[in-house]
This record gives sequence, structure tokens and C-alpha cells, in this order.
Amino acid sequence: MIEITSLYKKFGKLQALDDINLSFNNGECVALIGPNGCGKTTLIKCILGMVMANKGIIKVKGQLISKSYKYREQIGYMPQIGRYPDNMTIGQIIEMIKNIRKSEEPLDEYLLQHYLSRDMFDKSMRTLSGGTTQKVSATLAFLFNPDILILDEPTAGLDPIASEILKDKIITEKEKGKLILITSHLLSELDDLITHVVFMQEGQVKFHKTISDLQQTTSEEKVSKAIATVLRNKMYESYH
Amino acid sequence: MSRIIKYIVLDILRNKIVLIYTLLLAILSWSVFSLEDNSTKGILTLLNVILLTVPLVSVIFSTIYLYNSSEFIELLLSQPMNRSKLWWSLLFGLNISLLLSFFMGVGIPIIVYTQGDIGFMMILVGLFITAVFISIAFLSSILTRDKAKGIGIAIILWLFFALLFDGMVLFLLFQLADYPIEKMMVGIAAFNPIDMARILILLHLDVSAMLGYTGAIFKDFFGTTLGVFMAFFILFLWIAVPFWISLYRFKRKDL
Repeated sequence: MIEITSLYKKFGKLQALDDINLSFNNGECVALIGPNGCGKTTLIKCILGMVMANKGIIKVKGQLISKSYKYREQIGYMPQIGRYPDNMTIGQIIEMIKNIRKSEEPLDEYLLQHYLSRDMFDKSMRTLSGGTTQKVSATLAFLFNPDILILDEPTAGLDPIASEILKDKIITEKEKGKLILITSHLLSELDDLITHVVFMQEGQVKFHKTISDLQQTTSEEKVSKAIATVLRNKMYESYH
Repeated sequence: MSRIIKYIVLDILRNKIVLIYTLLLAILSWSVFSLEDNSTKGILTLLNVILLTVPLVSVIFSTIYLYNSSEFIELLLSQPMNRSKLWWSLLFGLNISLLLSFFMGVGIPIIVYTQGDIGFMMILVGLFITAVFISIAFLSSILTRDKAKGIGIAIILWLFFALLFDGMVLFLLFQLADYPIEKMMVGIAAFNPIDMARILILLHLDVSAMLGYTGAIFKDFFGTTLGVFMAFFILFLWIAVPFWISLYRFKRKDL
């Protein structure tokens, strides 16, 4: 569903993305991991068209993203730090996005019901805590039943209950055959979610493997441990 | 697109500054016209005040508004939303609110107190100047990510057009007094939208004699219908070119 071919992005002197080649299909739940500043968020923003790549091609569902913006109807995006207009209320934000999307399909109000009660709708975004802002972001990402979900550090800032709800929701959506891209530092959180792992470092993809493959090469049961083993032993360097 | 414009206009109106600006313009205009018994003198006084304040408020308010909209812009661009459509919507939203407030504040008293085309000209010029400085705000807000720097650029541009430019022209005039530079002055005036506006009004007030020989040249050029059209065309360029540059950069901007 998403195809990325030799993608480059430079911020001044910093090579944020260096020859990225990736391809994701539906039904996959991909964990994008790597140290801070390795280019995860830049890659995501390139897919969303928020950052303009210097070179390279991104296709979403076979459509070149540089030619259109309509493809974003297929994507639900939950940013790492949601930035919302201060003076709008939760209700107004949701109403506005509904207006822009003009979606004919029924809305997926699961997270809306679990996260945001009706009396919260009049609260302005300025007064919200970081966690509540994250809940609004998550709600918006899932609301329109998109085929692709891009979640940047989804559980950071959420309380344990909310984060459990979100994980359940991600699993449900994965089983519906959607493509889910997650970045996270908390490897243990990803255990029962993911099917693929992409490890990035200094703007390059170091490896892109399925979980079963990873478990075999490291002979570790737990995903988090398997990844940790790979990273500790720098096993990915031999794949190069 | 109209839906986005509606959100922007409502957002601007909710922020009371535009209402206060309208009120101040209204107080100013009504008091100028009731103090002067001659409406032409009223227009002249108003002209000088307006050519100082309207560009200042338009450029500063719009620049700050654009910087404060960065969250709004970011939110909408992660949705299926065209970049140029969003930028145009911001332009229309700001123009609708500020042009409306100029018309309410200055336009209505002018219609009440003056007869003939001079009042009409005054309103038109005021509207154009507002739009020009909104476009300049678009340019200064896209030049840098730093809000303080962006507002600084906006203020410097205003200072340049409102005060410094005239000083430089005056200096040039005195230095080159022995040469026939009068015709050149027409061209130089085109580089300052505020000067264009002032010349357009002064020539319609028949006080151009005060401008001396240069005034006569101006009268020759801007006094004709073609000249007036040229002048408005140049003002239009002042709206279009800065906005077009900002649009070009916005389409390639990293958020």
C-alpha cells in the first residue's frame, strides 16, 4: 500500500533520510524503531506530504503523493505532539475535520466514546493536558476508518487504561486488514501488536524484517527481547 | 474552500482586535469629518492618518495571525487538504475581515460626508492598501520560521514604506535638484504602494500644485484615465507578487 523508493531528505547539513527503500502492505503492523533523531518522524511526515523530500518517490495505493493530496483520505495520522489551534474547542476541532473529510462512510466512534465524554466537547484545546490532547489525536486518527494508520509514539503520555484501549483498537484494526505504522521507544508495548520491524539509524534503514524471522535468528520468544538482542549484538550489520 | 474561509473569518472576528480596529477607524473618521467644515480638508486629514495606520495594522495583525495559525495549518495539512487552497483561504479570510472593517470604519463616514468620485477613490485606495499590506504580511511570515523575526521584518517593511522611502526620495531630490529627474519620480513612486495611494488621492483633490513641477508631471501621468488604471494596476501587482512568492514557498515548506 505504501511504496518508498530511494528517498532523500536534507535539513541544512543534516542528512535526515538517506536512500530509504521500503514497502508496506495491508494487514501489516509495522514498528518503526531507532534512536532519537534517526529520521522516523521525518519519514512519516514525508509520507503525509508535510515534509518535502529532496529526491525519491512515495506511492500510496499506487498513487504518487507528490501529484495529489486526496490520498490523505486513506490515512489516519496521530502525531507525536498534537498541535491544535488554542482557541478552538474539542467539539469544534472534530466538527471541522469532519467537514474537511466529508466522509460518506459511517464514522468509527469507538475511541470517541471511550476517550471523550460529551461534556468535554466544550473544553478549549489550550486547557487540555498532554494526555487528553493525545486522546483527541488518537480519536481523530481512527474516526474516519482509514485504510492506513500512522501512529507516532501513540502511547506516550497516555494513562495505562487509555493506552490499553488504544492497543486493543490497534489490534482490531490490524485484523480488519489495515496497514498500521507505529513508532515507539517502548519495545515491550509493541509485543502483541506488530508483524514487522523496521530499524532506522542516521537516516538509513538498517533492517526490515518480519517478527517470525527475527525470532528465528535470535531464538528469542519475546519481540522486545529479540529486537534488543539484535541491537546489542549489531547483528544487522551482517545483513548489509 | 469556502468552509475553511468561514472558519478563518469567524476565528478572526472572535479575536476582538479587528473589532477594536474598526471602532478606532470609525471614531477617527467621524471626528475628522465633524471637526472640518470642508469635506476636502477632511479627506486630506484622513488620508494622512490612514496611510500611516492602515498599513501598520494590516501588516502586523496579518503577520501575527499567520504565525499563530501554524497549528491550524499543520492540523489541516495532515488531512486531505490542498496546500495552495489553504494558503488562498488564509488570504481570503484575512482580506474579508480587514477590508470589511476598513469599509465599516472609514467607508461609511466617507459616503455620508463627501460627494463625487473623490470619496469613492479614497475608499478604493484604502481597500487596496489594506490588501497590499496583507500580502506583504504573507511574504514576511513565510520568509522565516521565527515569529519574532517575521514580525520584525513586517515592521521594518512598514517603516520603510511609510517613512524611510519618502526620506530617501527627498534626499535624492535635493541631491539631484539640478537634473531633470521629474519623470523618473513617476517610476520611483511605483516602488512604494503608500506613495502610489497618496499621489492618487492628492491628484484628485487638485492640490497637486503644492507638489511643484513634479506635481505637474504627476498630474500629466496620473491625471489621465489611463494613468489611474496604471496606478491601480501597480497596486494590484503589489498585492499579487508578494502573495505569489509566499504561495510558491508555502507549497515547498517543511512543517
